[in-house]
Amino acid sequence: MLAYLRRRVLSSALPLLVVILGVFFLARLTGDPTNLYLPLSATAQQRADFAARNGFDQPVLVQFVDYVGQVVRLDFGESLRTAQPAATAVLRAFPATLQLAGAAMVIAVLAALVVGSLAAYRPNSAADRAASFLSSAASSTPDFWFAIMGVLVFAVWLGWLPTSGTAGAAAWILPVVTLLIRPFGVLVQVVRGAMVTALSAPYVKVARSKGASERQVIFGHALRNAGAPVLTVAGDLAVGLVNGAVVVETIFGWPGIGKLMIDSILQRDFAVLQAAVLVTAVAIFLLNILIDVGYALLDARVRQGAMA
Amino acid sequence: MSRVLSLLGKDRFAAVAAVVLALVVLCALFGPPLLGALAVEQNLRAVNLPPLSLDRGWAFVLGSDSLGRSVAARLVVAAGTTMAVAVPAVLLSLVVGSLWGMWAGYHRGWRETVSMRIADVILSFPSLLLAVVVLYVFTPGIANIIAVLAIARIPIYLRTARAEAVELRSRLFVDAARTFGTKDSTIIRRHILPIVAPTLLTVAAVDFCFVMLTESSLSFLGIGIQPPGMSWGLMVAQGRQELRTAWWIAVFPGLAIVLTTVSATVLAAWARIAFDPAQRWRLTVPGARKRSVEPTP
Amino acid sequence: MTTSLEVEGLSVDIHTPTGVLHVVRDVSFSVGSGRTLALLGESGCGKSMTAQAVAGLLDPVAEVVGGAVRLDGTDVLELDHTARRALAGPGLGVVFQDALTTLNPVQQVGAQVAEPFRIHERMGRKAARERAVELMERVGIPEPRARARAYPHQFSGGMRQRLLIAMAVALRPSVLLADEPTTALDVTVQAQIMRLLADLRAERSMALVLITHDLAVVAEQADEVAVMYAGSIVETGPVREVFDRPRHPYTRGLLSSVPAGAAKGEPLRSIEGSPPDLAAVPSGCAFRTRCPLAAEICESETPALLEVDGRAAACHFAKELTDA
Repeated sequence: MLAYLRRRVLSSALPLLVVILGVFFLARLTGDPTNLYLPLSATAQQRADFAARNGFDQPVLVQFVDYVGQVVRLDFGESLRTAQPAATAVLRAFPATLQLAGAAMVIAVLAALVVGSLAAYRPNSAADRAASFLSSAASSTPDFWFAIMGVLVFAVWLGWLPTSGTAGAAAWILPVVTLLIRPFGVLVQVVRGAMVTALSAPYVKVARSKGASERQVIFGHALRNAGAPVLTVAGDLAVGLVNGAVVVETIFGWPGIGKLMIDSILQRDFAVLQAAVLVTAVAIFLLNILIDVGYALLDARVRQGAMA
Repeated sequence: MSRVLSLLGKDRFAAVAAVVLALVVLCALFGPPLLGALAVEQNLRAVNLPPLSLDRGWAFVLGSDSLGRSVAARLVVAAGTTMAVAVPAVLLSLVVGSLWGMWAGYHRGWRETVSMRIADVILSFPSLLLAVVVLYVFTPGIANIIAVLAIARIPIYLRTARAEAVELRSRLFVDAARTFGTKDSTIIRRHILPIVAPTLLTVAAVDFCFVMLTESSLSFLGIGIQPPGMSWGLMVAQGRQELRTAWWIAVFPGLAIVLTTVSATVLAAWARIAFDPAQRWRLTVPGARKRSVEPTP
Repeated sequence: MTTSLEVEGLSVDIHTPTGVLHVVRDVSFSVGSGRTLALLGESGCGKSMTAQAVAGLLDPVAEVVGGAVRLDGTDVLELDHTARRALAGPGLGVVFQDALTTLNPVQQVGAQVAEPFRIHERMGRKAARERAVELMERVGIPEPRARARAYPHQFSGGMRQRLLIAMAVALRPSVLLADEPTTALDVTVQAQIMRLLADLRAERSMALVLITHDLAVVAEQADEVAVMYAGSIVETGPVREVFDRPRHPYTRGLLSSVPAGAAKGEPLRSIEGSPPDLAAVPSGCAFRTRCPLAAEICESETPALLEVDGRAAACHFAKELTDA
């Protein structure tokens, strides 16, 4: 188990390192990083001062050592807009995104498990076809447009839900639904496929020969075997949820990390953008480790290294 | 070709999808030269005209926006932008990813390991985030958007092509070619590419939707296509401001996106079956119960 | 001796996109407690379908279209789902052939062996596991208490087959169906598994239905044999008699294709041709296209399975074969 985890941590760390390096070099690719930090209206004197203060006039190698030190200390400089440390702004926004994404993911997974299992249990039934139509429609609809349609119908026309903000349970409905619709659509297909495979495996017949009820067969035997592919895809989708969060938070004014990123882009606040990207990369790294642990818990063969 | 068309005729959904896509392509090709001027023509006396009325002629059948421009004309012209981003991005990632993947899978060893690692790294990072950083540092022009989208999607083809090539290189005809002293690049071109190509094209069709949706998301967020350029995503963003007074400005471009992506998905699913000889029979059973049957002993 | 399982006129159809296949046609047999009946035939002859129909484990595409399956006198085909499920385990146990996923790969084997007790005797987890450990010991798993926590991939093929047997006999069913229980195993392990099955049958006075294509296993283990071809039983009777003096040309062909039966130096014979496609079974006698004795009557009339002194053969020339 420990050897397995060590291997997974090492391989998940690679993307994290690439992101840290990538941000550093991208910022210097355009020539002068002061252009990224300072507003376009800054004078030459201001630029020179800023460069000197932040060591941008040093050789690249020195800058790089500084940069790594900053990353390790979570010190990304100050926000241009608020003059707060960028890391503070990011860490303050982080829980809002985590709650939103967590709620969306939990609901999407649970709903997909039920709908996908039922569809797989009776392939090509009306329910199966309805599920497959809905899920493909869900993955073809742009989330920003779905959100706006939600606002138009439920907020503008019917007046049932607020258009933005986080106050009260009603404010959660549109953001969470918008965010979960794509992972739900993809997961239904994956659960269905994995369950069709699992339900045709010999152990299902064995379970029935022991007198297991259909519910025990589906949820006791098949679902756990279908778990591994579902977990893999759910993990990928959770990473992709960052994309959705950027859109949803922007539309609904959700004070999370996605909105923070877009705001700092539009107001050219590079310190905050850099901090947000790096913190997100760390969060994705941790998420991947969590998924690997889930894998091992689900299947003893992974735990014991029986499967490569 | 005619056989493909007759197969297509048997599946009503696929036929409709093909027609929709053909329309979008026609709009993209002929829209900008024909309607380019009308799409930017402002008319401050005809602001936010409601749709489905022919009082002002066909140009305003889908209403007008907050500057009095024809929504219908803008939709048609924006199709051009959407295609101008999506098609090169998909082609670029398809070509680079496929060649790279076949090369890696054919040679195996360190070339394969390194390539797969690179693919993992790119895929483990949310594509929108990649785009956000790159488009912040560089300017968000069409070329940069295409480059970002292509890089983000190369791993998809890389993985597929590599998996197929690994499988194929162990087959007899590849061994036979190698014993004749055929060059590696020739083997890849003659023996591997023709077999892998249909799979990769299907992947590309599905990926086309993804690229289109990402481009519209970027434009919607204000870091993709910039005004005065036109894109469906950007039109939704502009219509969002007028949602309370003129819903149609945001609704129609969104519908256009949904129609296009749904059509591409349907057609890709159909093509996957139609070009697989083992599954083609499913399309020839008229309205049959297409449930799969394994006559186990 | 009481009759534990009696199958009468069982027929099974499979629905395919191209039409209906009659995979089991009018099959009848019976087994008494403590006895072994072998269902013998090549793959595709319908023996496994018959077993699955008896056990109620047919895939949704297959359907029982006629006949009766009486388990201790009750026709289980008449029962509803719940009542039938109640008999799965206590009434009828099934031993499956070990394959990669015959045991659930993500569950500890102890839990899988304990499942019958949990389902039918509503035992708690602990008590059921205790019973499972006893049972594992009985079927010859060394160190059963520790091994109960292991997963299927940590066992050898022979040990997994023992686990499958343990689950099937857990609730002392009156009938045990064993579907090719030794096909995937080494010869030495095969013998051990067959001995275990025979011991358990005697000890628990079960009726054993052995589904196999292995003539040697039939000769050693079974009391009676029913030979199947293209969905029908073509010959049945006590093993010794059927094997010594087959009355159906198919049985004769099968027996003469076994190396052990042929004298050294004599060429091995095989049956010409291959079993018919179930979508195009010949009219009349299904075997006639491969039969050395085929005559005109074989094409026009389906031979009935006629019983003559305790055994039966479905061949127009059964009498001639008997006298030969």
